[in-house]
Amino acid sequence: MTDVPYAPPTQSRALKIALRWGLYLMLTVFALWYLLPLFVMVTTSLKSLEEIRTGSLIALPREVTLEAWRTAWSGACTGIQCEGLRPYFWNSVLLAVPAVLISTILGAMNGYVVAQWRFRGANIIFALMLFGCFIPFQVVLLPMARTLGILNIAGTIPGLIFVHVIYGIGFTTLFFRNYYVTIPAELTKAAKIDGAGFFRIFWSIFLPLSLPIIVVTVIWQFTQIWNDFLFGVSFSQAGTQPITVALNNIVNSTTGVKAYNVDMAAAIIAALPTLLVYVVAGKYFIRGLTAGSVKG
Amino acid sequence: MSAILEVDGLFKSYGTTEILKDINVSIDKGEFLVLVGPSGCGKSTLLNCIAGLEPISGGSIRIAGQDMTEVSPKDRNIAMVFQSYALYPTMSVARNITFGMQVRGVDKATQAAKLAEVARQLQIEPLLNRRPGQLSGGQRQRVAMGRALVRDPALFLFDEPLSNLDAKLRVEMRTEIKRLHQDLGASMVYVTHDQIEAMTLATKIVVMKGGIIQQIGTPHEIYTRPANTFVADFMGSPAMNLIPARAQPDGTGSMIEIARDGADPLRLHDPRPSGVSGDILLGLRPEDMHEASKRPGEASQAGEVRIEVVEPAGADTFVVARLGGKEVTSRLSADTLARAGETLEFRFDLSKASYFAPETGERLG
Amino acid sequence: MQWLERHVPKLVLAPSFIAALLFVYGFIGWTAWVSFTRSRLLPNYDLVGTIQYERLFASPRWEVALNNLFVFGVLFIGISMLLGLLLAIFLDQKIRTEGVLRTIYLYPMALSLIVTGTAWKWMLNPGLGLEAMVRGWGFEDFTFDWITDPDMAIYTVVIAGVWQASGFVMALFLAGLRSVDGEIIKAAQVDGIPTHRIYTAIIIPSMAPIFLSAFIVLSHLAIKSFDLVIALTGGGPGYATDLPATYMYAMAFSRGDIGQAASSAMVMMMIVFAIVVPYLYSELRAKND
Repeated sequence: MTDVPYAPPTQSRALKIALRWGLYLMLTVFALWYLLPLFVMVTTSLKSLEEIRTGSLIALPREVTLEAWRTAWSGACTGIQCEGLRPYFWNSVLLAVPAVLISTILGAMNGYVVAQWRFRGANIIFALMLFGCFIPFQVVLLPMARTLGILNIAGTIPGLIFVHVIYGIGFTTLFFRNYYVTIPAELTKAAKIDGAGFFRIFWSIFLPLSLPIIVVTVIWQFTQIWNDFLFGVSFSQAGTQPITVALNNIVNSTTGVKAYNVDMAAAIIAALPTLLVYVVAGKYFIRGLTAGSVKG
Repeated sequence: MSAILEVDGLFKSYGTTEILKDINVSIDKGEFLVLVGPSGCGKSTLLNCIAGLEPISGGSIRIAGQDMTEVSPKDRNIAMVFQSYALYPTMSVARNITFGMQVRGVDKATQAAKLAEVARQLQIEPLLNRRPGQLSGGQRQRVAMGRALVRDPALFLFDEPLSNLDAKLRVEMRTEIKRLHQDLGASMVYVTHDQIEAMTLATKIVVMKGGIIQQIGTPHEIYTRPANTFVADFMGSPAMNLIPARAQPDGTGSMIEIARDGADPLRLHDPRPSGVSGDILLGLRPEDMHEASKRPGEASQAGEVRIEVVEPAGADTFVVARLGGKEVTSRLSADTLARAGETLEFRFDLSKASYFAPETGERLG
Repeated sequence: MQWLERHVPKLVLAPSFIAALLFVYGFIGWTAWVSFTRSRLLPNYDLVGTIQYERLFASPRWEVALNNLFVFGVLFIGISMLLGLLLAIFLDQKIRTEGVLRTIYLYPMALSLIVTGTAWKWMLNPGLGLEAMVRGWGFEDFTFDWITDPDMAIYTVVIAGVWQASGFVMALFLAGLRSVDGEIIKAAQVDGIPTHRIYTAIIIPSMAPIFLSAFIVLSHLAIKSFDLVIALTGGGPGYATDLPATYMYAMAFSRGDIGQAASSAMVMMMIVFAIVVPYLYSELRAKND
């Protein structure tokens, strides 16, 4: 053995810094790519049509005007009517609020049963309900259209609420079930011995524990229902359409000059509620997304 | 004496798998019954059946003389302490303890009085306004006990209540439970996989394996006269040595011959009229093997054995040797002369030995 | 009382279960039945065999739709997974601004596909969008008119789809990267294994289940994709960007051809089943073990 001191190999400091800069550059480029459409939407919505025709796509507006926003909200034409998005925005609110509440409550009760009150066949029932999350909804469009007609709620907001609740239960049940299985079964047992029944245990013990999963579920359902287009376009009629359908009609309406600034303002209005939810409660939004897929 | 709990011919199955087979056990008022066995032996299922948390498939359970088959848990006049404590996480300690009374519609004044009494008994008065999440393991354990105590039930059920505590706290709480039992004179059923807990707490032990009762008896009976090799092996630490041997009737007693490494077989004489003969398993507790030089006695019960490992453990020293082709552990005093690799003369106290049939593992004689 | 007490859980679950039986399984059955009839504007319940499926597979428009689904599906899933994984690994390098970047990468997932389609339709507009912008910079010959080119239009759907979904894949993968046992990584570092090898040899292989679920979610999105095409291209030019979902919708609600709508919906469901059922089966079996 020769007496050479051990010299660990070292990475050159310059290389390290260069790699680091490269990394940040890449991350920034991607961030710009994701932000570009939002940026273009906002700037376009603030320009006049004249400026849009003459200026560059990504140029900032020379003269900021809110005219397009006003038109999008209360004057743009969705086919024959020209009332803007306002009535449809409220349609979506009237549709989403009850549908979210009902499907969340049902999901909580179902999840509580499946996770904590297992009976023979409960797992099969759960699997069958879960399966409903995975079907392409095209396969139920035709019979649902007829059923809504028979129930006399075709083309109405209650009809759409009904559809969203039916096809939302699978997911809401999954969310609550996955949350409640992590709560030890001994808690239910202890409460049973204390004399509490099914509803008492839910109300006094499980519900107070459920705030995080309620938030996740409400956000998930709200995003799904607000952003839905397929059910909206299939089961609504003039006057009861949700905002996504109205937006599509504005953008594709063939009457008059194409008002790109109005289209963009309308798109932002349609996107605002879910974007707001995302900004305020992003953590729960992501949890819903990953819970729906990783655990599904 | 009136039986407080009678389990008769109990069967329990999930689908086609039988979890409990023909369980028969009863205890009198004031007894402390411990169900002990390895995990999956059905002891917790049996406890859940007694509590009414699991429906039974056959047989009957009576508490205080009343058939319980159709009675729901809340009406069985029982209280239960769980392994995870099962404290309601969003309620304060006080509400955890009074929740049951509140559900049953007990008036506020009585609730408060009972709460105060139990809190004093368990010394948890300063904790009453805290949430379970703010308590240490030992404190949670006390609260869980408190929740059981306020019910003042006919029967207490414990499902491995100490297994989530660290070693030191476990010993403390064990003593406390024993004291509680003595003070209250209450009837208790206690599930554990820890045979030391079983020995220290029980007035009656049920050893279970594979859903079948292996033996019922007092701790002393279970320890000194195990019904089969499973019980012999499971109860006691280190476990009872089970040494393959041959027995020959010899006068009133028998001569036991054990193979030994590098020497002639060891021949020991058991003067008891046990009547065993042929191939047997000799069951000998580690403390029934003595260092011959420190314990004079008959030469017919002594012999030299080569030592493989010496493990000092404070008060005792465990000495591992090989007899009949198996590892044999003896519990010697700390000042033993045994050295690994050397031989040592042992004296075997065969008056305390058990004999088992090698094929079935059942006790002989 | 006793009976009620024992059966309350079943009674609570019953309405949802009956709804699922009726509105999922019953409706699938209805659609399946109608797909074997001559139904046109109104359903007709006389079974006539596979005539609708024969018509479907003889239709050039359906052929385009299936082809598009294949092209769109492969590219959309492939690029989203690759981009998502890349971004996740980049973000996993102790980036100081991770929170902000993650928020930016993921926000498209909060948007309606109709909004996404509207925004990209505008940007891809050759006369005023990106093409015009680059020309404005002096590159007079620059052309980027895929959205009006029947051969290229489907790729614009891919662009918008990837923009929407890749951040979500990133979030999935990032969660996966973070869930890898830290001790294994430390052991590898002590063994002197370089960072990129730690990723390729240890971390990524251990994320196989996440790849699988990302794949399932993306393929599910791809097959159901309807909103995006409607908003971005309306299925055009002509029917160049039709997908099975838009074909089905056109047959059901504008052409009044219920038989075709039903049979195309059934084919869509078969495709979904072929992907999802083995996955669900393996998931449920793993849970029972």
